[in-house]
Amino acid sequence: MTDFPFLPFLTVIPLVGAAVVACIPRAKAQLAKTIALGWSLVVLVLSIVMWIVFEVGGDRFQFTWSKPWIPTWDVRFTFAADGIALVMLMLIAILVPAVILASWHDVDEATRSVPAYFALLLTLECTMIGVFAAADVFLFYVFFEVMLVPMYFIIGSYGGARRQYAAVKFFLYSLVGGLFMLAAVIGLWVVGGHTFDWQKLSDVSAAFDTNTARWLFLGFFIAFAVKAPFFPFHTWLPDAGVAAPAPAAALLVGVLDKVGTFGILRYCLPLFPEASRWFAPAALVLGVIGIIYAALLAVGQNDLKRLVSYTSIAHFGFIGIGIFAFTTQAGTGSVLYMVNHGLATGLLFLVVGMFVARRGSALTSDFGGAGKLVPVLAGILFFAGLASLALPGTAPFVSEFLVLIGTFTVHKTYAVIATTGIILAAAYVLWMVQRTTQGTLNPTLTEYPAMHKDITLREKVVVAPLVVLLLVLGFYPKPVTDVINPAVEATMQDVGTTDPAPTAVANGKVAP
Amino acid sequence: MGDVQLPEINYAALSPMLILFGAACLGILLEAILPRHRRNMIQLILALVAVVAALIAVIIGRDTRTLTIGGAVAIDGPTLFLQGSILLLGLVSLLLIGERSVEAGGAFVSQAAITVGSEKDLKQASSEPGATEVYPLAVFTLGGMLLFVAANDLLTMFVALEVFSLPLYLLCALARRRRLLSQEAALKYFLLGSYASAFFLFGVALLYGFAGAIDLAAIHTAVADPTRSEVLLFGGLALVSIGLLFKCAAVPFHVWTPDVYQGSPTSVTALMAACTKVAAFGALLRVLYVAFEGVRWNFQPVLGVIAILTMLVGAILAVTQTDMKRLLAYSSIANAGYLMVGVLALNKDGLSSTMFYLVAYGFSVLAAFGIVSLVRDADGEATHLSRWAGLGRKSPLFAAAFSFIMLAFAGIPLTSGFTSKFAVFGAAVDGGQTWLVIVGVITSMVLAFPYLRVIVMVWLSEPGETTPSVSIPGFLTSAALVIGVIVTLILGVVPAPLLDLTNDAAQFVR
Repeated sequence: MTDFPFLPFLTVIPLVGAAVVACIPRAKAQLAKTIALGWSLVVLVLSIVMWIVFEVGGDRFQFTWSKPWIPTWDVRFTFAADGIALVMLMLIAILVPAVILASWHDVDEATRSVPAYFALLLTLECTMIGVFAAADVFLFYVFFEVMLVPMYFIIGSYGGARRQYAAVKFFLYSLVGGLFMLAAVIGLWVVGGHTFDWQKLSDVSAAFDTNTARWLFLGFFIAFAVKAPFFPFHTWLPDAGVAAPAPAAALLVGVLDKVGTFGILRYCLPLFPEASRWFAPAALVLGVIGIIYAALLAVGQNDLKRLVSYTSIAHFGFIGIGIFAFTTQAGTGSVLYMVNHGLATGLLFLVVGMFVARRGSALTSDFGGAGKLVPVLAGILFFAGLASLALPGTAPFVSEFLVLIGTFTVHKTYAVIATTGIILAAAYVLWMVQRTTQGTLNPTLTEYPAMHKDITLREKVVVAPLVVLLLVLGFYPKPVTDVINPAVEATMQDVGTTDPAPTAVANGKVAP
Repeated sequence: MGDVQLPEINYAALSPMLILFGAACLGILLEAILPRHRRNMIQLILALVAVVAALIAVIIGRDTRTLTIGGAVAIDGPTLFLQGSILLLGLVSLLLIGERSVEAGGAFVSQAAITVGSEKDLKQASSEPGATEVYPLAVFTLGGMLLFVAANDLLTMFVALEVFSLPLYLLCALARRRRLLSQEAALKYFLLGSYASAFFLFGVALLYGFAGAIDLAAIHTAVADPTRSEVLLFGGLALVSIGLLFKCAAVPFHVWTPDVYQGSPTSVTALMAACTKVAAFGALLRVLYVAFEGVRWNFQPVLGVIAILTMLVGAILAVTQTDMKRLLAYSSIANAGYLMVGVLALNKDGLSSTMFYLVAYGFSVLAAFGIVSLVRDADGEATHLSRWAGLGRKSPLFAAAFSFIMLAFAGIPLTSGFTSKFAVFGAAVDGGQTWLVIVGVITSMVLAFPYLRVIVMVWLSEPGETTPSVSIPGFLTSAALVIGVIVTLILGVVPAPLLDLTNDAAQFVR
């Protein structure tokens, strides 16, 4: 069953869908939406089949599929998924239908083309899947860069007030990062013996010249740090998050940014192990700064979308230190965090989008006591907030806990400082919820007819799967960790770090 | 007096050039014979047929590897590949030049000599059909370029240089609109071009003094001989390079580019940007790889600095441009820098990747100028950037095509711009020229900004009162556009066939 070319199909299907949707005339907006939704559900079904077929504890890379593309450079269409990629693909498949459904009324049909918007969303899905599914460095780079184009047009054409500025900033930041990676990719091709195959490269990576490897690592790392985004490369995200339509922003922080941390796990660590260890202290410091700095900024935000963007930067700090702690536990926590953050922050953005759609503003000061008008929606905002601050019982708690424990065993100081981020997280989430939904009702709110309508059936369908997943994975993360764990373990072995004794037992090895 | 031994002439190998020169001469005769109103169609068809015939001749002779006419002309892989590229790009340029339905009478003036602004001039600008001499001139130019990339001795190269430059100078002066600008462009190009030719010729003289011969193989042998004068060698090499780098538009010999690109009729600009680049780099490759390979360590750093300056100046000045044609001119300067990176790899990959880049860039730039020629208002082409605001709303198809070309210039994957940059950078890193690649990457970042600004302008700005309309293109421009865009896409998605072709062709005869 694993011989079936799942990954190429998964990549191409959304693109075909995008082409179909793009051909629908502007007047038939409803049809375009329906087709886009249906198409994204096909991807979801295929992903679920893949999840079932994936052999837990089997080969590190499964669903491998390879065909030559540019033989002159030994570029191939090589697709393969390890556990880390698989969970990310699943996350995409779950989030995209939710985002499409949440965007149902977001596009102003009078001025903007609705089919084009949904076609762009599906194109974006294709490139995101491609990034995670590629096992050829060149192919990965192609998807990595092309991904910018649909998102650029989504932000630039369908976004809010400062959309042009935000779109260009988003594009330029990512492109600059990407060009650093391009230089590194070319360098890797030359020193790696003129191949782009991930497997071959990782086999010869130990023989790289130390200095060269460090430079190449840096090229990749900068690109991924911009994408993730890590402090101090993060300034594009709040602008993009504010300007993008809320559902697209959910996709932006939920999936797109994960490409950065995924890239570090898949390319930086295994291909440049020595350089990774050498850079680890710097990366850990950046992670810790990011946690505290972004959380502090989030506390002071008045704009809901900007606030959520900053929380996301803080969470990426956690993911970063989890990766560079180089323990299986912290690594597993990080990957789990990538999934849970996608669910929690995605949900948060979607709910914020529902509030914004009703009020026409994202400023907390424009709300106030909204819970009296839309109690259920306010409740979901509260839940999303709690999940985002990693309350026990919600999925992010498990991952944050794993990251901190895993980091603590090797880097006590960093773990302790990072823990203060949790306190700040409680502050910004609770303040946000309080200012928006609690307290006395802001009288101007009642003037908006939409504010009197609580959550609709469509919106329930959007949030329900995410809420359920956050709860289920909060109590029973095993299905996901089982998939992630072997892949993380293999990655950590590539880096060449040995786990402290307790985790070795947990991994099923015999303790000394 | 003994018999003069005439050199053997391989007419089959020379046939592409002979066809073009013959057709150009025939075109001039037709100009005298035919009545005015019949000329345009017949001349256009003649030119197209000649180029296609020459192309067929190149394809038929694709396996030829020989020196002919006493070693004056080398027909080898690079020659044939570059000739084929020049002919293909020339064919598309001819389509743009032949377009008459976008503007009444075409983009060319009917009598270039009439005083600008006079009553007669206003009359011809508004009604009279354009000159048809442009077709023979363009064919002469193309013929000269074919000879230029095939020249195996420096004097032949000089003759070819003049044959392809002089018609170009004339073509620049023939714009129907903005006559003064056009004449100024032609004069600038002519004056500076003459200086460059003079440098070239002086360099040839020095090299003759150095090697006692002017053919590249003899110079190659002489370079290996340590007893000869280094002053003559490096002086000659420097002066010859100046002449070639002028045509490549490399810094600091680039100053003519923006003015000439802006002032010339857009279709001629397209021809210059696409075909002249191929010819100039083709000759540069041959001179450096065939004749001066032995002193590569001496010229590599110097030319490296020139490449870096070219990339930097092109990229940085492109950012500040407000005119579309000037923006494309600076972008073409920057692209000359990237081509230099490929040239300086000085290995087989360097040769093949440079040739790949030339083709890829040529087709993209043809499409870009094709669209520029379509965006117009009552006064002709609207080239000021601010006028393009909101074009996407008015003509989404053309805006999409133009954005795609801009993304290609910015080097986004799945466009030929990416694959070609990757090819030259890869070759350069392989050749140990990492420093050039680093500058190349940094300038690419800078250069992305102006392209992105154009896309923002076209799509994300509200259309203003002054947004010009896009003319419905005639068949010829549509064909040129479609070809340009499709090739840009194909070379981005399936570059392998052309890469293989350039690889197979990358072997000079000496």
